[in-house]
Amino acid sequence: MTGLRYVYAVCRPYGKPLQAQLTGVGGDPPRLLAHRGLVAVVSHVDEADFAEDPLRAHLEDLDWLTAVARAHQGVIDALTTVTSPLPLRLGTVFRDDSGVRTMMEAREESFLRTLDRLDGRVEWGVKVYVEAEPEPAASAAPEPKPVSGRDYLRQRRMRTKSQDDLWQRAESFATRLHETLSGAAEDSRLHAPQNPALSGASGRNVLNAAYLVPRVKSEEFVEKVDRTKDGTPGIRVQLTGPWAAYSFAGEEIAEEEGS
Amino acid sequence: MTTPSRLPEPYGQGGGANLADILERVLDKGVVIAGDIRINLLDIELLTIKLRLVVASVDKAKEMGIDWWESDPALSSRARRDELARENAELRERLARLEELEPRRAQEESP
Repeated sequence: MTGLRYVYAVCRPYGKPLQAQLTGVGGDPPRLLAHRGLVAVVSHVDEADFAEDPLRAHLEDLDWLTAVARAHQGVIDALTTVTSPLPLRLGTVFRDDSGVRTMMEAREESFLRTLDRLDGRVEWGVKVYVEAEPEPAASAAPEPKPVSGRDYLRQRRMRTKSQDDLWQRAESFATRLHETLSGAAEDSRLHAPQNPALSGASGRNVLNAAYLVPRVKSEEFVEKVDRTKDGTPGIRVQLTGPWAAYSFAGEEIAEEEGS
Repeated sequence: MTTPSRLPEPYGQGGGANLADILERVLDKGVVIAGDIRINLLDIELLTIKLRLVVASVDKAKEMGIDWWESDPALSSRARRDELARENAELRERLARLEELEPRRAQEESP
């Protein structure tokens, strides 16, 4: 056996084939490694890239990390169209197939429990952005130049106030939205707001949440989000998904290890 | 059996899902399993993407035009100094403006 084994996910056996053109991390097509009642989805990866030292070095390289993250997500995404996979964290690597099997056997019970919990569910991501304050110069009616110190302070106060109002509106909007969507989902998680440098999104991210929703209720959920989208000036709602249930996959196992 | 055919069209996978969406899931979420290849999970786990960019690949990030931390006072002492300098300059400018106004007003107000 040459190469290492990069594991994307663990699933129950599923009937449909993955799309034929799919390539995974390092360009290797994902393969299925069945063991007892479980299937691991695995790529063969080069030791020159995924052994301990090169992997550590690569993780500091944003381009490399981005490519691997996209490949990883591509495979998980393809799996999500045919089953409800249990996604593993990026960079889960074993020496050979037997190492993967040993791991599956050791964790069999908790894998099965989590797979049952997530079966038929997907994750939807919902983010709320507050658009940045428009530049005073760009506003429709430019403010007159302050003619006195008092004038200056008054204008400044009004600018601050309108920004405060927007923030307050955005905060109560996000709180309401999260309540509504949590009610329509089986479970929810709040994530840290995203940094605009990485997301490339404009405005400030004030809500970044994930919702666990049964597939059969997804249409309804998406419509609910769509309905909130219009009519709130300065506030933008963004929906992503369906994702594999990344945000809901880890905890049970983490708890077991912690106890 | 699941029924993927009932799913609405994906929103943003590839399109609207940004790099932060993907990284926050594949790096921070998902099941953590120690494989045979031990990478220090701290590298991935505890560093927020923000810190990761700052600490790990400053040069790369700068190359990509990502240099926001330099102007983030929480992260950069230079930014803190810059901010103080900016505030100082603003105050000085306002003071100058007020001083300019004062004599004029004094003239207007005197009968």
